[in-house]
Amino acid sequence: MTQRVSMLIVDDEPSVRDSLLQWFLQEGFRVETAAEAMEALEKMGNSNFDIVLLDIKMPGMDGIELQGRLKEIDSQLVVIIMTAYASVDTAIQALKQGAYDYITKPVDPDDLSRLIRNASEQRRLLRENLSLKEEIRSLVSTEQIVGKSPRMLEVFDAIRTVAQTDVTVMIQGASGTGKKLVARTIHSNSKRKYFPLITLNCGALTDALAESELFGHEQGAFAGARYRRKGKVELADRGTLFLDEIGNIGPKAQMDLLRVLETRRFTRLGGNAVVEADFRIISATAKDLEEAVKEGGFSEDLYYRLNVFNIRLPSLTQRASDIPPLVDHFVEKFSVAMNKPFTGVSSGAMELLTQKASWPGNVRELQNAVERAVVVGRPPIITASDFAGLVAPGGPSADVVLPLAEMEKRHIQLALDKSGGNVSLAARLLGVDKATVYDKIGKYGLVY
Amino acid sequence: MILLVPIDFPGDIDYLRDRLRKGFRTRVEVSLNGLDPKPFFNPDRRQYSSASIIERLERDAEGAASKVLAVTGLDLYIPILTFVFGEARLNGRCAVVSSYRLDNRSYGLPSNPSLLDKRLFKESVHELGHTLGLVHCNDQECVMKSSTYVEEIDFKGSWFCRRCGDCCAPALAGLK
Ligand SMILES: [Zn+2]
Ligand SMILES: [Zn+2]
Repeated sequence: MTQRVSMLIVDDEPSVRDSLLQWFLQEGFRVETAAEAMEALEKMGNSNFDIVLLDIKMPGMDGIELQGRLKEIDSQLVVIIMTAYASVDTAIQALKQGAYDYITKPVDPDDLSRLIRNASEQRRLLRENLSLKEEIRSLVSTEQIVGKSPRMLEVFDAIRTVAQTDVTVMIQGASGTGKKLVARTIHSNSKRKYFPLITLNCGALTDALAESELFGHEQGAFAGARYRRKGKVELADRGTLFLDEIGNIGPKAQMDLLRVLETRRFTRLGGNAVVEADFRIISATAKDLEEAVKEGGFSEDLYYRLNVFNIRLPSLTQRASDIPPLVDHFVEKFSVAMNKPFTGVSSGAMELLTQKASWPGNVRELQNAVERAVVVGRPPIITASDFAGLVAPGGPSADVVLPLAEMEKRHIQLALDKSGGNVSLAARLLGVDKATVYDKIGKYGLVY
Repeated sequence: MILLVPIDFPGDIDYLRDRLRKGFRTRVEVSLNGLDPKPFFNPDRRQYSSASIIERLERDAEGAASKVLAVTGLDLYIPILTFVFGEARLNGRCAVVSSYRLDNRSYGLPSNPSLLDKRLFKESVHELGHTLGLVHCNDQECVMKSSTYVEEIDFKGSWFCRRCGDCCAPALAGLK
């Protein structure tokens, strides 16, 4: 049913705050107000809002900067800018940075009420769309593990056995074997599926960052901690915390992690309150951790705590009989995505793929090869020559000129992969703003 | 008891009092001394601040009344909006309603006193409804439907829909 709209009003003028508060209370909204930026950020940290009405001109932090910070907390937030005079420049700047709309004070009541009606509708759609996307993604992910080889049937068995339980799982497998996919499948088949699956990319986690990434921080916990932020552990409450590339985690972070795994309690950085979280742990590693434990690089205690139920993923050459169904699956997937009506690959092409001696990049390498062939090939059949880059030594695509858009798409996907799906981080790697990355994700249908 | 406080109101306040009596089935009285509008005037906007009126009512309205409704012919505003028909404190004691924008003459149309009476009655009930804890209602017929332009007031009914009526029944009983 329709959810009650929640709104945050930020304005340094008490009479504006109060009159808007009254106006929207009468609409039946849940309304809170903030007199300045810090108060707004604090309230955002403590509670969720659908719409923020934000005065552009405030002492301390200006509205544009505050908008950016609020959107960091909730990227789907609908921000409406209020400006006292028709300053088109700042209003447009705000729109460019993702504001939903702006109003010039004073505004006609009918215009305001229409704007708010549309904004709440937009927010509702975003929310629905988001959950729909997640739903589709989880449906897809259960389908996406393709294969019937004996080694994969073992994996499916293991997933079935463990998914419904709360047992800690460690997934081991070389890069490109689908560890993340297995983690997602376990989560979406567990009783925690309606709660979040939170990924922590341990590869990107320096010891200095670990504590605040894991446990979050209170406002003022350190220079730059200008508002409270929830850590991954807290975000994963009632859901699953997926520790990707756990083998790359530093010694200090290992200790922090061990502590919270033992107690399921922690304090936010710079805070005293003990926070409890109920989460399931799935970790993944490409490294041989037993070896790392022997060499002293990985805590033995942590290893045994994480490695309760072990799922070992085969390399692609160990499951070579899965190559044909995987190829068919990827051809279908990319044909639809790129709107090129391929029916399959020629027998020559399939032979080339099944005979290939090694796949160091495993399923991901195969997927990339098919994707490229779909780009360069001509429907209805993909031929061996469309896989030209594959046989050329020195890696694929060195001598093939790809369309610029295709290059851009791959490059952004690479950044998303490297950042573990963290859009802010990916944007930083690419040297563009987050809005641009989101824009491209939508345009190319990228997965993150 | 509901107390009506006139502030520069040119219309027939006794008529409004009688209709509200019938509607709410409770005592409705008109305050003998109205309020001076000067302190509420904003010279920049040439309008009167509804928030200041409510603040003033909350500060010094006579003790016996459970609800106080100021009735005015002046043009009301709140800082963010170009105008308001009225304002109320949700679940509070005080409200204000204005006939200024309800009058056809402010839209360059010929005067229509009976239409004006109807509109003023609806908006009075609407603002009193807010003081009884009601928020806006989606029922087209309900007086608690929000109206942001004057014709919208004419579309809706003069009284609470069943749901809103049920909702505020306990608060209404408290008026008597
Ligand atoms: Zn209302
Ligand atoms: Zn109603």
